[in-house]
Amino acid sequence: MEIDPFIFRFSIFILSIFVGYYVVWSVTPSLHTPLMSVTNAISSVIIVGAIIAALAGSSENIFETSSIFGFLAIILAAVNIFGGFLVTQRMLQMYKKKKK
Amino acid sequence: MSANLSATFYLISGILFILALRGLSSPETSRQGNYLGIAGMVIAIVVTFLSVGNFGLGFIYVIVFLLIGGSVGAFIAFRIPMTAMPELVAGFHSLVGLAAVFVAISAFLNPDAFNLGSLGNINLASLIEMSLGAAIGAITFSGSIIAFLKLRGIMSGAPITFKGQHFLNLILGISILILIFYLCRSQSSNIFWALVAISFLVGVLLIIPIGGADMPVVISMLNSYSGWAAAGIGFTLENTALIITGALVGSSGAILSYIMCKGMNRSFFNVILGGWGATEQTNSEKSKEQKPVKNGNADDAAFLMKNASSVIIVPGYGMAVAQAQHALREMVDALKKNGVKVSYAIHPVAGRMPGHMNVLLAEANVPYDEVFELEEINNDFANCDVAYVIGANDVTNPVAKSDPQSPIYGMPVLDVEKSKSVLFVKRSLSPGYAGIDNDLFYRDNTLMLFADAKKMTEEIVKNL
Repeated sequence: MEIDPFIFRFSIFILSIFVGYYVVWSVTPSLHTPLMSVTNAISSVIIVGAIIAALAGSSENIFETSSIFGFLAIILAAVNIFGGFLVTQRMLQMYKKKKK
Repeated sequence: MSANLSATFYLISGILFILALRGLSSPETSRQGNYLGIAGMVIAIVVTFLSVGNFGLGFIYVIVFLLIGGSVGAFIAFRIPMTAMPELVAGFHSLVGLAAVFVAISAFLNPDAFNLGSLGNINLASLIEMSLGAAIGAITFSGSIIAFLKLRGIMSGAPITFKGQHFLNLILGISILILIFYLCRSQSSNIFWALVAISFLVGVLLIIPIGGADMPVVISMLNSYSGWAAAGIGFTLENTALIITGALVGSSGAILSYIMCKGMNRSFFNVILGGWGATEQTNSEKSKEQKPVKNGNADDAAFLMKNASSVIIVPGYGMAVAQAQHALREMVDALKKNGVKVSYAIHPVAGRMPGHMNVLLAEANVPYDEVFELEEINNDFANCDVAYVIGANDVTNPVAKSDPQSPIYGMPVLDVEKSKSVLFVKRSLSPGYAGIDNDLFYRDNTLMLFADAKKMTEEIVKNL
């Protein structure tokens, strides 16, 4: 009997939760705010779904209802991607060691 | 691009995201980690373009919208003051949530584009995945909007509660499940819209009963939700990068919520089911009888600290509100010139989001190796001459260790009272968020400095 591909994706999902668990516990508490902003940026990889949705329209009618939702999602996710990574970068630049 | 090749690239970008989080284990590696995260995102986007393979007019529109959103995001990222980080993060969470809802809607309206079957005849598993993604996304969106409004001060931070609130939430939660069940049977778009609408409502109802000082938990929780929503969509799209990221973000937010709850010695459900404040009013009225307080001024404070050999600074949300971090840094510089050893003690729930104080101090150029967590520094208070409490309150209350009747009993607190003298900057004697009197105000070794945190600190600098 063949295994449903869903089970493979589910395995990836569960293993990633464990990876996330151990990786996040090793994050130093002083960087918890950048952690939140960077997780926010990477969860905007949902933009791949938005791109597929936006490009699904036929060439005569680019703005079908479903593509419009895709385009809107692209804008939202793009705000997050650029905003999230840049604000994280800005914060991380500020963390400096004591000058000897 | 073949499906197998693009799946491999999505896996690579998932791994790069893991490394981005891994980098945050120390400030030195964190910047590199952020670049890896950016690389992962670029790979994911480029691979998506190549695998769709449609470079017509639609592609140009996609790039234009991407750049519009990107410039808005970049503008916000450069302009936002560090004190506004909590509301920025809440705002960003709402965008992820709404994007998830939009992607789910377009997958529902045009399932062919995603290989999920055809309209009115979507695969059962995909339908469940997309409705879960849409529901969690919608809850994340409206919940984050409420959190944003509360943090921004547009909406009062006081918990909004009404009778039957939890029962209503329960009913709505169950009705979401029932709607998903009927959606699977009928594939009706009306049911799908109803599902999204009810989820928006649940998001609002979940966050309004939670008070301002519990915001660290709320933000972490919404962070977690945005991850689960992304994972739900990832299953729908059969996209590894999204599944991995969703799981990472989901567990990250859950861990942060756990750390925040532990910092307050409360269970997650206790926080979610409504604020402290309301039940504790009787308690604070009882202790209204006048107790003697020692009242000092900037001159006294400067004298005490100048002659100390070690000083520990305890910052809290009040420091952020007063924007006192730069003045504080000047004060510390002046003290260091006088040969005083200065360190900073940060309580896990100080501020309105995890790590809030650390970012503000870093912004004021405080080196991160002078800033310590509660467990690292708590024993040092006994050997310290002056503790300077600026904008913190409940997290220093010794009652949490001594009085089992107190609502904050058992909460880990900074042992500020063990230092030889305590300087407590506060505008008035009013109790903190938990609504309980701080025993520390009336101790013999405490000197109250009644003023705005920033003004008082600047005054002290002048007197040093």
